[in-house]
Amino acid sequence: MKKRILITVCALLITCLLLGLLQALVVPKYISNPEGLLVGEYYAEAGEHDVVFIGDCEVYETFIPAYLWEKHGISSYVRGSAQQLTWQSYYLLEDTLRYEKPKAVVFNVLALKYGEPQNEAYNRMTLDGMKWSKTKIDAIRASMTEDESFVDYVFPLLRFHSRITELEKNDFKYMFKDKKVSHSGYLMQKNIVPMESADATEGRELLDYTLPKNSMDYLEKMRALCEQNGVELILIKSPTNSWGYWWYDEWDEQVREYATEKQLTYYNLIPETENIGIDYTTDTYDKGVHLNVYGAEKTTDYFGKILKEKHGLGDVTHSDAHIAAWGARVEEYKKERNS
Amino acid sequence: MEKLLEILAELHPEVDFETTEDLIDDGILDSLDIVSLVAAIDTEFDVTVPAEEIIPENFNSAKALFALITKLDEE
Amino acid sequence: MLFTSYGFIAFLAIMFAVYFLAPKKWQWVTLLIGSYVFYAFAGLEYLVFILFTTVSAYVISRLLKSALDKENGYIEKSRDTLSKEERKAYRAKAKKKRFHILLWGLVLNFGVLAVLKYTAFAVHNVNGVLSLFGREGLTVPSLLLPMGISFYTFQTMGYLIDVYRAKAEVEKNPAKLALFVSFFPQLVQGPISRFSDLGAQLTAPHKFETKTFTFGLQRILWGYFKKLVIADRVLVAMNTMLDAPEDFKGVYVLLLILLYSIQIYADFTGGIDITIGIAEAMGIKLAENFDRPFSSRSTKEYWRRWHITMGTWFKDYIFTPLSVTAPVMKLNKFLSGKIGRRAASKTVAYIASGVTWFLTGLWHGAGWNFIVWGLLNCLVIIVSEALEPTYNKFHDRFPRLTSSAAYGKFMAVRTFLLMGLIRSLDCYRNVGVTFTMWGSMFTFKGIGSLFSGGIFELGLGLTDFIIILVGVCVVYAISNMHAKGSVRERLWQRPVLSAALCVTLFLAVIMLGAYGAGYDASQFIYNQF
Repeated sequence: MKKRILITVCALLITCLLLGLLQALVVPKYISNPEGLLVGEYYAEAGEHDVVFIGDCEVYETFIPAYLWEKHGISSYVRGSAQQLTWQSYYLLEDTLRYEKPKAVVFNVLALKYGEPQNEAYNRMTLDGMKWSKTKIDAIRASMTEDESFVDYVFPLLRFHSRITELEKNDFKYMFKDKKVSHSGYLMQKNIVPMESADATEGRELLDYTLPKNSMDYLEKMRALCEQNGVELILIKSPTNSWGYWWYDEWDEQVREYATEKQLTYYNLIPETENIGIDYTTDTYDKGVHLNVYGAEKTTDYFGKILKEKHGLGDVTHSDAHIAAWGARVEEYKKERNS
Repeated sequence: MEKLLEILAELHPEVDFETTEDLIDDGILDSLDIVSLVAAIDTEFDVTVPAEEIIPENFNSAKALFALITKLDEE
Repeated sequence: MLFTSYGFIAFLAIMFAVYFLAPKKWQWVTLLIGSYVFYAFAGLEYLVFILFTTVSAYVISRLLKSALDKENGYIEKSRDTLSKEERKAYRAKAKKKRFHILLWGLVLNFGVLAVLKYTAFAVHNVNGVLSLFGREGLTVPSLLLPMGISFYTFQTMGYLIDVYRAKAEVEKNPAKLALFVSFFPQLVQGPISRFSDLGAQLTAPHKFETKTFTFGLQRILWGYFKKLVIADRVLVAMNTMLDAPEDFKGVYVLLLILLYSIQIYADFTGGIDITIGIAEAMGIKLAENFDRPFSSRSTKEYWRRWHITMGTWFKDYIFTPLSVTAPVMKLNKFLSGKIGRRAASKTVAYIASGVTWFLTGLWHGAGWNFIVWGLLNCLVIIVSEALEPTYNKFHDRFPRLTSSAAYGKFMAVRTFLLMGLIRSLDCYRNVGVTFTMWGSMFTFKGIGSLFSGGIFELGLGLTDFIIILVGVCVVYAISNMHAKGSVRERLWQRPVLSAALCVTLFLAVIMLGAYGAGYDASQFIYNQF
């Protein structure tokens, strides 16, 4: 009997070990779509940031922390991921506040248009990177589409097990350590694919221009959370505006009203395109949907000035270690940009 | 008993019904044979075998079947 | 709650814990509560139906029992005063009365089943006839179909008939009867149990036994392997072919028949393994439902080894009573005067078979395809029965050939293909389409496309086919080993090997099982965002 118990315990331990290894092997390594790694990279740099950018692709392709530091001496991090929905932004904010209290949080408003969970793959890319906490549990619950199940997030193996038959070299290479893809949350794109006139026209007409209550509620929760923690919340709309991802005037109006009511600052950067100096023949990598590194640098510089002048972020004093760390990040950034 | 053995022999002349004890379990008698048997018993013995008595225990040997007929007749 | 859902696994873990931690006296109560919780997950409104069956069966069975007691008491008391003939006459009269009580139970319960399951089908057919006369059709009602109603109704009616036949004790505790009706592992797909086999076991206390518990878990795991690794994977290819049958004619039909044979075997026997394994873990022995059916050498044998509990149900409660019931006996006698005893009995047995198979088909589903399926099975059985003398002559003439192992294999393969062919009726779900497909099988259509890569366009890749093939080989090997004595019993003597195999099987289920949303994780790799 004793022997049987021993064998059973050993078998269970071995099973757990093997399941762990197999899980590490089959979870996506996000090599061809590195957006999936952005959220998880934060924890290595979590700590003192003056500003944290939160939002969807319009933050992680627009604001470059290394450039912001170099130009304006403001330290920052971008907590954005692909199609990051407003409640996911809220929970990432909650998550961030567990590690640090920045002076300001900048939230990009485009995702307010989504009131419902959208797509499992995007959910995964935002949520899987988060460290386990009550915040992550709440984030998952708020984000799951109808076909998803919570257990699949706890044990990603159950969701990705079928990849066992289609493994690639990278699955082994990055089994225990993810590839580092971003510069403090900024994902560099150096290609140039100019915008065409057809892309610059207004998006198709909508039946209803009211921003969904669900996302507006989370925006309000975000505001309340910032207030509680003494963090300034700044709303922005990134300067890009193209047919498939149009920012309608009606939406802009609603955000503006909300900001006025709650005494928040809201910057819509679309009308500032010329002042920023963006040229859509050279500054976008996908016909104007997102900015490439050249467009992002211009915008970062422009917005850095605003942060400095209007929000008092220029006078922060940083420790020597902090300055040294940022020096290294700037070097690393430049290396990739100029390679 | 004689009469029963005659009926059985008519169905399967090749089987020695006096000694065989697994008529159903060995698949010697199939459902068709059972139907024939029940009909013959009805005619020859004037005993109706109800459906609930059509179970292997009662049909596995000539002896058991005869016991069943006697029991049904006695009731 | 599907067997293959996370919820069910969690439910099962809780159920086992509660069952073995509860005081022995209350174990069966936890099982009853568990069964009702399980059933409530399928839909609260369904509880009404299963309660109706339980209550009506309880009342009728008690009435039957008291009538029977009265009857026996009277016979006993008046054994000396009544003549044999008088006793017989009394018996017959009393039995008739009891039969009327039984009839109430049967009509009520089969009535509910018939209305819920077959109204839409009946209305469809009536509409078909009406449209022939240019009349407008009736609206087809959409009624809810409670989970497992066919299974629990049959099991419970079997109990009533057994009480009527004095073959089962009557259950005096309504809650205990409720457990027999609703025992959760077998609610969804059987097996259909006998009260005399299961009733006492369900309510008896069961101590935790390491060995039976381990055996139970092993069997559950084995069931999941068959279901998730083989059946659900094969299903992907089948669905592709069934979504557009006209694109997959000729040799594809043969492929479908083969795949469906694998799929239904793995799915059904796997599900039953899970059911029996759950019961076994709790110390309850359920009736086996399969006995290596695909090695049967004839259709008749196949039906003794496939879905056994259903076959026995139809045999015991439909075929047998039907073939010896009074009017049929009269017919038999009448015919034997005209065409001889043997031929008369044959005719009667064939008619009873026809009715039984018609009902068997109908039981499987409300549709003509199921009815045709049942009747075709019957036809094959009758024809081979009628041809038996010819076969026997052939066998006598070539004894060396027909007693060889190869000939046995040939017969098994023939039966397998024939059963697969008939079974494809419930794939296409349409008699006309099925016949067209059967027709196309004899053309050479599709061979070119199948072998020039078409086989990999059914939703399964080479790896999938390899997994299926290896899986089938494993199942075949284990089933062969099991025929020579319990595999688990032998493994029990070698705990290290047993543990290693269980870990391997478990990992195989987790990694190779075709489960999960959409069962397509590749979107995470290849999608561009």
